[in-house]
Amino acid sequence: MEDQPNLNYINSLSEGDKSFEIKILDIIKKEFKQEKKTYYNNMKNDNFKLCAENVHKIKHKISILGLEKSYEIAGQYENNLREGNYELQNRFSDILNKVTNYLNKL
Amino acid sequence: MNCIIIDDEATSRTIIGELCSNYNNLNVVEVFSNAIEAIKYLNHNETDLIFLDIHMPDFNGFDFIRTLKNPPIIILTTADADFAINAFEYDCIVDYIVKPIKPKRFSKSIQKVEAKFNEEISRATSKKNNPSANDDFYVNINKRLIKIDIQSIYLVEAKGDYIFLKTDNKNYTVHSTLKKIEEKLPDHMFLKIHRSYIININRIIDIEDNSVLIEKDIVPVSRSNRPELMKRLNLL
Repeated sequence: MEDQPNLNYINSLSEGDKSFEIKILDIIKKEFKQEKKTYYNNMKNDNFKLCAENVHKIKHKISILGLEKSYEIAGQYENNLREGNYELQNRFSDILNKVTNYLNKL
Repeated sequence: MNCIIIDDEATSRTIIGELCSNYNNLNVVEVFSNAIEAIKYLNHNETDLIFLDIHMPDFNGFDFIRTLKNPPIIILTTADADFAINAFEYDCIVDYIVKPIKPKRFSKSIQKVEAKFNEEISRATSKKNNPSANDDFYVNINKRLIKIDIQSIYLVEAKGDYIFLKTDNKNYTVHSTLKKIEEKLPDHMFLKIHRSYIININRIIDIEDNSVLIEKDIVPVSRSNRPELMKRLNLL
């Protein structure tokens, strides 16, 4: 079954502290948006190394949102990029879309 | 414990800061988004603990550690476990936490830090109080490191940015502070008797009013330091 994003991890950190939840989600949203933009720019320029760096950062957010399977795919994709190939690119784009949709709804 | 956080991701910095806020003994004094800024900070400041991200562009966590002369306790934080094996090469690294950092895992890590911190404090204390543990130290004079036998020192005088070390064999002018030298000297043998003077109490010849004759030097004793000096003397 496809994994679904959730706030379980953030809730475990906040222990009910709403102001922290708002703060961390705001940071995640801003950082994710910027990292995604940078990733697609580097993709356009075929810069594998920088794309791998971007995926590395994004995968932390993927794991924060509880997407365990997606995290594994992102990790494999990061390795592929470091080896100079784009295998799993489409699956990673799907993950980016899934995270974007989820963060937009929050 | 004062700590700093070094991570290029704002999300990570915020999470680690939040986790630290649950511990009364952890005081996050600075956060840095890159290692270079942290190096600049550490050139002028000390810290007890560093939360260090390994994977940073240009200058990674291991590069950073190699720049530190006396690294404090370090907890490595990373999104993948691939680098864990490298961590064993560094004594200063007490733990390696994979992100996202879970509160329970963080708690274990802090316990390890506390154990290491206490161990280092007790080692430093026993070194300072046991002369055989540290019989000498080195001073940098004109780009040469010169060994100074601690027992041979009888007087240390501060003058501006320099200190004068008087020993049995020779006198030395060193660019340092009285505080730094004081940390190197065993408490049972040396005493600060004035804001500008530390003496070897075993070398006192006599004491008159507010001055001490030590070898051939007459050294003032400040009013606030006099009671401690009197306490340390073996009076009849």
